[in-house]
Amino acid sequence: MRASSAKALVLPLAVLVAFEVWARAIHLQSDSLAPPSEIVMALFGAFADRSILAATRDTLFSAVAGLTIGTIIGLALGIAFGISDTLDRLMEVTVEAIRPIPSIALLPIALIALGFGYRMEIVIVAFACVWPVLILSRAAVRSIEPRLLEVARALRLPPAQRVWKIIIPAALPRIFVAFRLSAGIALIVAVTVEIAINPLGLGAGIMLAQQALRPDLMLAYLVWIGAIGYALNVLMVVAQNRLFGRAAVSGDGT
Amino acid sequence: MNRAALLWRMASFAIAAGFVALWQLIANLNLVSPVFLPGPDRAWTALVRGFSSGDLWSKLAGTLEHMAYGWLAASIAGIAIGAIIGSSRMMRTYVAPSLEFLRPLPVSAIIPVAIAMLGLTQAMALFVIAFGAIWPIMLATIHGFAAVEPRLYEVARSLQMSRLAVIFKIALPSASPDILAGMRLSLTVALILSVVCEILAGLDGLGHWVLLSARAFRSADLFAGVILLGVTGYVTSVAMSLAEHRLLAWQAAQR
Repeated sequence: MRASSAKALVLPLAVLVAFEVWARAIHLQSDSLAPPSEIVMALFGAFADRSILAATRDTLFSAVAGLTIGTIIGLALGIAFGISDTLDRLMEVTVEAIRPIPSIALLPIALIALGFGYRMEIVIVAFACVWPVLILSRAAVRSIEPRLLEVARALRLPPAQRVWKIIIPAALPRIFVAFRLSAGIALIVAVTVEIAINPLGLGAGIMLAQQALRPDLMLAYLVWIGAIGYALNVLMVVAQNRLFGRAAVSGDGT
Repeated sequence: MNRAALLWRMASFAIAAGFVALWQLIANLNLVSPVFLPGPDRAWTALVRGFSSGDLWSKLAGTLEHMAYGWLAASIAGIAIGAIIGSSRMMRTYVAPSLEFLRPLPVSAIIPVAIAMLGLTQAMALFVIAFGAIWPIMLATIHGFAAVEPRLYEVARSLQMSRLAVIFKIALPSASPDILAGMRLSLTVALILSVVCEILAGLDGLGHWVLLSARAFRSADLFAGVILLGVTGYVTSVAMSLAEHRLLAWQAAQR
């Protein structure tokens, strides 16, 4: 394990060192590239004046709010569609008509309806997060062991309790997989909306750095956005293993 | 059975039509300002008008062009690089972890860097789309190559096949379900990035069209563009499913 992670570090380190040496050797003057040492300095600078922290807060706030709303809607629809085959078949055309709309295409609509700011970003993130949760939770509910549902029937649980006590716990490991997927999408969509148009958060920060011809700061933002994406992913995987252990792995394959 | 499915389908269409009628009702009653929400009738008129004047055709063609070039470039490069990395154990241990590290990076964050390097040009859009679409394809190819039945490699060794022959005759065919699944994922990524690049760089396409319509508060044109983008997403993904089905028919028959 040690040896393999050491080997994994060889390539990125070699690239960084080579880039640094090359940039120093030719005295790089560029609007789009900066040596790694300057990127690190710019990152420290952005931390020191708190600008990058404020941007991170804005982006994460929008992403988490959108993720929460999207997950709740997706989960409610997914469970309803999973339980009732009739409902699922009746709504099929409607769902399949709305789902393929790329989330970012809603941007102009959200823009004229809600203006710039958190709200339009949250709406777009929520729209993007609904679909993976809906589809995976529907599949999860359908694949619940039928005997569990028989138990619910034998106990004469009312529908609300059946959902709360039997269906959600049984489907939870796979629902979490969907949530993990959506969390990644939420961050991507939030940053994309900010880069495209919304003057807010990390995406706006990186665009501003580019327009100010500060390649070091721009790349520092890029590195930081990558680090957040990576950390989010690791956090989700750890949470999944902690909460569900092997149960979630079986749902991962679908 | 088939008849029942048809009936269900018709009922489902009726429900969807009901939602459209509800939308019309909301628009007619002016529950939401018509500046934000045109009725389906106005959106439809805008769609027809756009197509008959040729405006929407050229925008649609622009978006499809960006998407197709970026996606094809990503497919070729992704499969090639994925094959190189996936077929060598050394590359897998040294290179694959770095790729896994880069994977969760929101690809749109590369856009400012691309703009700094290439300006607001077609080349920038192409680079961004290809860069975004390459990941699912490349990672799927690496995964597919790593998951090839080991006995097939043993057969190749006993037949003394060259490395290229192994790649083309054994690894690529057996990894093809993974690769096609990756290509399908990339198609969505390519569409989204096309729209974003058009919005940012003002390139000819539906992304630019919807943004301009929104800026001018021409909501009917805006909805027409969004509907068209939805149709584009739907048609491309259906076409991809059909292609997948066709290309993998030999495998289904084998099982």
